[in-house]
Amino acid sequence: MAQKKMQLLVCGGTGCNGLQSEAILDNLKLELEANALENDVQVIRTGCFGLCSLGPIVKVIPGDVVYTKVGPDDAKEIVEEHVIKGRKVERLFFKDPVSQKTLSASSEMSAYVKQIRIVLRNCGIIDPESIEEAIAHDAYEALAKALTEMTPADVIKIIKDSGLRGRGGAGFPTGIKWEIARKSKSDVKYVVCNADEGDPGAFMDRSVLEGDPHAVLEAMIICGYCIDANNGLIYVRAEYPLAVARLRTAISQAREYGLLGKNIMGTGFNFDIDIRFGAGAFVCGEETALIHSMEGLRGEPTLKPPFPAESGYMGKPTNVNNVETFACVSPIILKGSKWFSSIGTEKSKGTKVFALAGKINNVGLIEVPMGTTLREVIYEIGGGIRHGKKFKAAQTGGPSGGCLTEKHLDTPIDFDNLVAAGSMMGSGGLIVMDEDDCMVSMAKFFLDFTVEESCGKCSPCRIGNKRLDELLEHITKGKGTLADLDRLKNMSLVIKDTSLCGLGQSSPNPVLSTLDNFREEYEAHVISRKCPAGKCRDLMEYFIIAENCVGCTACARICPVNAITGERKEPHLINPSICIKCGACKEKCKFDAIIIR
Amino acid sequence: MKIINSPADLRKLKEELKAKMYGKDISSKEKVRIRVHSGTSGLASGAKAILDFITQELEKRNIDASVVRTGDLGYCFAEPTIEVTRPGEEPVVFGNVDKLKADEIIEKYIKNGEYIDGILPVNYQTIK
Repeated sequence: MAQKKMQLLVCGGTGCNGLQSEAILDNLKLELEANALENDVQVIRTGCFGLCSLGPIVKVIPGDVVYTKVGPDDAKEIVEEHVIKGRKVERLFFKDPVSQKTLSASSEMSAYVKQIRIVLRNCGIIDPESIEEAIAHDAYEALAKALTEMTPADVIKIIKDSGLRGRGGAGFPTGIKWEIARKSKSDVKYVVCNADEGDPGAFMDRSVLEGDPHAVLEAMIICGYCIDANNGLIYVRAEYPLAVARLRTAISQAREYGLLGKNIMGTGFNFDIDIRFGAGAFVCGEETALIHSMEGLRGEPTLKPPFPAESGYMGKPTNVNNVETFACVSPIILKGSKWFSSIGTEKSKGTKVFALAGKINNVGLIEVPMGTTLREVIYEIGGGIRHGKKFKAAQTGGPSGGCLTEKHLDTPIDFDNLVAAGSMMGSGGLIVMDEDDCMVSMAKFFLDFTVEESCGKCSPCRIGNKRLDELLEHITKGKGTLADLDRLKNMSLVIKDTSLCGLGQSSPNPVLSTLDNFREEYEAHVISRKCPAGKCRDLMEYFIIAENCVGCTACARICPVNAITGERKEPHLINPSICIKCGACKEKCKFDAIIIR
Repeated sequence: MKIINSPADLRKLKEELKAKMYGKDISSKEKVRIRVHSGTSGLASGAKAILDFITQELEKRNIDASVVRTGDLGYCFAEPTIEVTRPGEEPVVFGNVDKLKADEIIEKYIKNGEYIDGILPVNYQTIK
């Protein structure tokens, strides 16, 4: 079959689907058939264009014409005017609200595309197991520039000027970190890459290591050059077998090409990289615990100072950076600090990769400039909340962070704004919750995680978090009191103030932030003993509305514990003392007679 | 195997590789390039089977194309995803690819340049 003369691409992303893109598709097809054009023009359903606020989108090829906010009734005009007569339907062009300029081509609309990929520049583009593909895509070019055209001080200055801050969570300025490590005097120094990504639902570092391992290796060599270190170590969790395999391949290829080892690029600089495995303990993302784990000791944190930059791995000065931080380095050196600092907000430069998870349509990895709002992330790029439900909260920073609510939707996301909102950047996991999620259970979920992951060295974290968890358990079981809410808060603050390391200092954050933002939900649990979201089993009751029940016996037959009784064609009854709240009856009922109350 | 001894070596190698990869001057015949996104989320959704299927079918059907395994693009909601670049054209990404879809992509898009349902538009800018 020959190529069709014209193609109409209709956005079938979930956001646009809610706005009748199916009907647009059908109408376009009908109009084409009415004009006997169905063999010449093809209508295609596509995925999300990432322009959901302008949707539904219809793109015409050839000509690269983009129509925005198309309705099912516009199909006729698009076919009659554009397809048949070749006249563009200007009414449906996008008009820039600021400049009032109309834009018709998708190339002109790139400024409205929210994502910019710096860290993920090569992910999904190159073969990660081929150093040749990486080199063809500019890998090691920044290394060549740094080693031959710049002094270590020049490189550190460029990184400092760029405003790059650590992407592992706390946001410490990378250039300053490198400078401190450079100033430490020692015969041996180490560069460590922290690839111990432990937040539930986060997989940014894994994707970078799997998609573009050379970006990390290159930046580590550059860092080694800056701080005068000859050894690099990557601490990666053993649960990432693919990332480990691809890193190994990348390291051996880099050695073959002389990019690792002695006399790199003929400059006399020596650097080599090894891999160390983590057993997946969350606390080992904390740099002192990470270093102890690498030394073969227990993965427990120690008090800082001394900072790793003074005394780290094997007591030598050590610079620890996260995978994503390293992945930003090469583009900064190649394109300059001004370029990088032109992206982002005043105090947070560049982009941030987020792993979108939870009740969102487009689950996956995104990279947006710092300062992008939560609304843009969720509703534009993420395609909105699943099943058209209402947004309730988004957890950033994993178990160390807090939740952002509806009132934060328009807050630009950067390091400082997130802290001000009671959360934190963290490594970039973003878990979206909808109206059906219970915030008390959510806080308990994250606390369960930290209780499990606490190393047990200091008592506030070991004992305090356990007690917090028990209090939350009480509340979700309907045994809590109003006074428990104050105890929750007090205990959280004590744990924060007195714990030894970042894990304990941040573990009560999910509790504090849900208490702040959703106090009414906690109160409902302890005062009226109800879970507004209907998630806490002990606080809910399945109930049959007699007027709706026709007595079909379907519920009684599906009930695994025979808790439902009633005569045929008579309203049934659920015995709450037998009911195990499995929900099978509610699912089975065709008459909406069973409710949770 | 080539050891890179200077920045000049690196740049020379890069030019050679680029030429080889994109067939600009080494062979005048340009190939269709297919990328199968095989990170953890791609592989978990069956990218390996798709990679094998496509490699096999291209050979069976006598289509000269290069198939490359890459990391994930980040479209976890639509894995497995593959990207097809026809000579001289912009790359096109297809989502939720199963064998049926892969077959359709080969027959319609790779052979004839005809679009099919399931295209994922590029919704990001990348630095170059």
